[in-house]
Amino acid sequence: MAKFGSRVAARALCSFARILTGARALWKGCAPTLDQRIYYGNHTSHGDFVLIWASLPDALRARTRPVAGADYWETSKLRRWLIHDVLNGVVIERTRTEGKPDAVQQMIGSLEKGDSLILFPEGTRNVSDEILLPFKRGICLVASAKPTVECVPVWIENLNRVMPKGEFVPIPLLCTLTFGAPLKIEPGEDKEAFLERTRSALLALCPPRA
Amino acid sequence: MQMPNIAPPPPQLMTLFAGVFGVLLLASAIGFMLKRVLARGEPSPTIDNLNQRVSAWWVMVVALGLAFALGKFGVVVLFGFVSFVALREFVSLAYTRRGDHWALALVFFVFLPLQYVLVGIEWYGLYSILIPVYAFLALPIFAALSADTTRFFERAAKLQFALMICVYCISYVPALMMLRIPGFDGGNVLLIAWLVLVVQSSDVLQYVWGKLCGKHKIAPALSPSKTVEGFVGGVASATLLGALLVWLTPFAPWQAALIALVVNLMGFAGGLVMSAMKRDRGVKDWGTMIEGHGGMLDRLDSVIFAAPIYFHIVRYWWEP
Repeated sequence: MAKFGSRVAARALCSFARILTGARALWKGCAPTLDQRIYYGNHTSHGDFVLIWASLPDALRARTRPVAGADYWETSKLRRWLIHDVLNGVVIERTRTEGKPDAVQQMIGSLEKGDSLILFPEGTRNVSDEILLPFKRGICLVASAKPTVECVPVWIENLNRVMPKGEFVPIPLLCTLTFGAPLKIEPGEDKEAFLERTRSALLALCPPRA
Repeated sequence: MQMPNIAPPPPQLMTLFAGVFGVLLLASAIGFMLKRVLARGEPSPTIDNLNQRVSAWWVMVVALGLAFALGKFGVVVLFGFVSFVALREFVSLAYTRRGDHWALALVFFVFLPLQYVLVGIEWYGLYSILIPVYAFLALPIFAALSADTTRFFERAAKLQFALMICVYCISYVPALMMLRIPGFDGGNVLLIAWLVLVVQSSDVLQYVWGKLCGKHKIAPALSPSKTVEGFVGGVASATLLGALLVWLTPFAPWQAALIALVVNLMGFAGGLVMSAMKRDRGVKDWGTMIEGHGGMLDRLDSVIFAAPIYFHIVRYWWEP
């Protein structure tokens, strides 16, 4: 019964996110296949991973887990239910904490079970005028531990305007998600170089600014 | 808003819809044959686009038909939804900043619904000035309160323009339901049907004439597909159509022709203006909602510019 409840909630959340944002998924660099992947995107709003998750076809969504920060998602009963039961998220500590599991190990563990991940390498929501913040090292630590997993950049356009940080009334603007070509870490590739490569692949998907 | 007072639809409407269905059936059959015979089932951009357009027309005609069947209530709800879709397409492409959040919330959740409620309760004195006066003053106040001055003038102007185009002008279509024309009781949906049919067929006929004999580009900087031949042929034949459909209207034939000419010219101008804006933003279409047509604004640009003028012509000369 509880499981049925979360399944219904998941469907409802998907439809709500898609209707509100008119989300359009453009699979430019790859097709929506069942390959094991890390979908990584620009992070401007709490709705980000719901939107990536909602725009995946059903079969992929069932195997894809969003990576979310414990400091936001573990703070109330509703949020805990949403992230664990509805979204099936991997909840991590944003900073290394004594006595808490290591974030990178958690992500690797989830990949070892065969799941795909949704990840925001900027680490926090971008509210600056910068287009994209520098990446944290997590993505390349995970990628070098599991080098067969494809990293797929996903540019989310406009969602920051739907729901800016600190606002609670969403504006129903149209969003697009552009999925780029998959990247893999090369054997012996420098971690910084890979980080730069993933970041510029994501930036390349950003439409020209007005 | 008054609940639907479902009067039997005027008999002319039935004839009109039968005619439109006939034309669409013919178009679907032609599209089907082209796909079978010419393209042999293979993908073909031109034929596929034609077929997408025809199926989109089916959806649009059925939506209008359902709204007409529900009377004023249905028409107000349908065009309220059309405004919402158009507005989100427009604002999505406009530059806004975090400081515009509350002004945007006001646009979507107050001015858009309020305009249609006022049209629904026929409060002409307020709906004709709500956006040009009250929104015009309120929106920059809210934007200014956020204390972000970056490109302020541009942001305020674009938001006002969005409301005028996508809400104010479009709401003049359902506003036609409130006109009281002696001897034309219950015929107001026919005013809408005539306007939409004449203006939209002008678009289609301009496209057809342009494809058949278009040589001289009329505004190459704005729209590479518009030609002098398409413009003249399309506007002339749609004006003729407007005169032939005089049995839908309270006009005399020469009046129908003259009004058709005016709305077709306005429609053509609307297409040019909206193309210029798309060029400015570097996009080809406003959206992707209607397959083969682009967005709602791509389909409606001509109606948007024609509707307010048409409303005021009829209101000034036909209402006692």
